[in-house]
Amino acid sequence: MRSVAIKMLVGDRAKYLGIIMGLTFASFLITEQLAIFTGLMTRTFGFITDTSIADIWVMDPKVQFVDDIKPMQDMQLYRTRGVEGVEWAVPLYKGLLKAKLENGNYQTVILIGLDDATLVGAPPVMLGGQSADLRRSEAVIVDTVGAAGKLSKPSPLPGAKRIPLAIGDNIEINDNRATVVGICRVSRTFQSQPVVYTTYSRATTFAPKERKLLSFILVKAKPGEDINALAARIRKVTGLAAHTRDGFKELTVRYYMKYTGIPINFGMAVLLGFIVGTAIAGQTFYNFTLENLKHFGTLKAMGASNKTLLGMIVLQALMVGGIGYGLGVGAATIFGKLVKGTELAFRLPWQLLVITAVAITLICIFAALLSIRKVIKLEPAIVFKT
Amino acid sequence: MRDKNKNPFPCDEETITQTLAVHCKGITKSYGNGNEVVNALNGINLDVFTGQLTMLVGPSGCGKTTLISIMAGILDQDDGDCVVFGKSFKDMNEFEKTLYRGNQVGFVFQSFNLIPTLTAVENVAIPLLIRRTDRKLALEKAAETLKNVALSERINALPSQLSGGQQQRVAIARSLVHEPRLIVCDEPTSSLDHETGFRIMELLQYAALCADRALVIVTHDPRIFDFADRIAKMDDGRIVEVFDSPEDMKKS
Ligand SMILES: Nc1ncnc2c1ncn2[C@@H]1O[C@H](COP(=O)(O)OP(=O)(O)OP(=O)(O)O)[C@@H](O)[C@H]1O
Ligand SMILES: [Mg+2]
Repeated sequence: MRSVAIKMLVGDRAKYLGIIMGLTFASFLITEQLAIFTGLMTRTFGFITDTSIADIWVMDPKVQFVDDIKPMQDMQLYRTRGVEGVEWAVPLYKGLLKAKLENGNYQTVILIGLDDATLVGAPPVMLGGQSADLRRSEAVIVDTVGAAGKLSKPSPLPGAKRIPLAIGDNIEINDNRATVVGICRVSRTFQSQPVVYTTYSRATTFAPKERKLLSFILVKAKPGEDINALAARIRKVTGLAAHTRDGFKELTVRYYMKYTGIPINFGMAVLLGFIVGTAIAGQTFYNFTLENLKHFGTLKAMGASNKTLLGMIVLQALMVGGIGYGLGVGAATIFGKLVKGTELAFRLPWQLLVITAVAITLICIFAALLSIRKVIKLEPAIVFKT
Repeated sequence: MRDKNKNPFPCDEETITQTLAVHCKGITKSYGNGNEVVNALNGINLDVFTGQLTMLVGPSGCGKTTLISIMAGILDQDDGDCVVFGKSFKDMNEFEKTLYRGNQVGFVFQSFNLIPTLTAVENVAIPLLIRRTDRKLALEKAAETLKNVALSERINALPSQLSGGQQQRVAIARSLVHEPRLIVCDEPTSSLDHETGFRIMELLQYAALCADRALVIVTHDPRIFDFADRIAKMDDGRIVEVFDSPEDMKKS
């Protein structure tokens, strides 16, 4: 009876396409919204991702997420280095500073100061120059998006494209001269300002004079050391907060989840996809069953058991569900490919496909249940009613 | 009425045996509840024999459809019992009744009830598929049966591409394909013109004759009464008279 079930379904082209379209739409919307959400959440900790060499991030206990800077005293670095199991610990400066461009305009930049000796935390991808060039005097490395965007110079020709900041150009950071020695690519984050890398000591001279300037301490564990245990030990010895890389990402994501409207907005969109999918697909599938009720009755009269009919409906639901899921997820993947490299955040790890699969399955179960109920309750005697 | 040479199911009429197929006794059935109860059947006693075409006739609303529904096992009686091929309905559970329908009963409907998205041959194969016959075998058997109803040319046509008479022939093939022992037909000719209805009746008659099979046909249409071997006249939920030939009925 499987072939009969499939032909009943496919034979009614318009209905069949309607159901498939509903499910495709639902699965596309759910996947796409989840992927954008995941992409955005990944951006929140882009800086942590870029600094993947550090096992543990040590910071002021009040820090809530990666862009929340609460400076510590320099002596904390030495205390951290003294904790057993620490292979090395280096300082990291992160702060917002004003940069003055050649044309006299001001632009806020994110200044990152790397340990002078090791340059731990250097940009992940260099597009021009080398991170070692930071050791030259007044040297800074600028991220390519910032260089081409907010730090670019107006063209001397009116109406022409702006000229990106390039190696050899000078800017002023907080009244200190800085020379661009490299262009890098960084992971996109929630902060839209240009990212400028320099050494820790130079960063502290650029920064306004304050008692405390140390933003983070990056720690590498000794080989074989349990990172979670080490983080706990650092917390105990220093009284600071110490998060593993993943722990710090989680902390950051959780902050955004809790204090921004992002999860609500995306949750609503996902829910909407689910509801629309259920409404369209569930409705059309149910309608399809209703329209075929007479035929189900005929089959029942001719000796098809409830079990057989149930199997037929489940098969029909699985079929439209499978096709709709495939098309929707496929469309979402293509969408992801199309928006790659644009401002739009899009990340589609396999877990999202599972979530969508579960959602579509739920929609199909819902639709099938309605139909099954109707068919099970059907009196075969209706066949003689015209 | 019978022309042996035309019979697509050739057999020796001498060998036809008339044994008791369905024996109904004291069947009652009412619909609805409270003040709105309709007593559709008020104690029906009726025997149906194999090798015979039994007609149920009577005014609209007298309970003909209700009675064949009960005999076919798609509707439960309130009281009384039918013994079908030696087995009592009272001894059958829901599952056994489903099996009875699938194995022993063939259906023909006024409006054909073909599945519109299946071809003729696929429609005919359904009773076999329900019995879990291998699909290929089922389709072969269905094609063969369609040949017997003179539709071998159109086996891959959809119902919508067939005339009413052709659709009813497909339905008859479907009712025969699994070789059931009881065929019930509710107004099989009333959607058809006279000539086509006549052909359909011929076919049904032949189909009944040559197997150990009983045919029960509900009809309003006096023009086809002549095909009957027995005629049971109903009124108001009762069998008022049973005639052993159409001639007997005309005489009365
Ligand atoms: N499902 C039902 N609910 C309520 N009453 C019903 C139902 N089915 C039939 N009836 C009633 O039962 C009586 C017998 O109906 P049935 O369909 O058996 O008559 P019939 O002889 O087949 O009539 P017709 O020649 O018009 O088809 C009628 O009065 C009808 O109104
Ligand atoms: Mg009727």
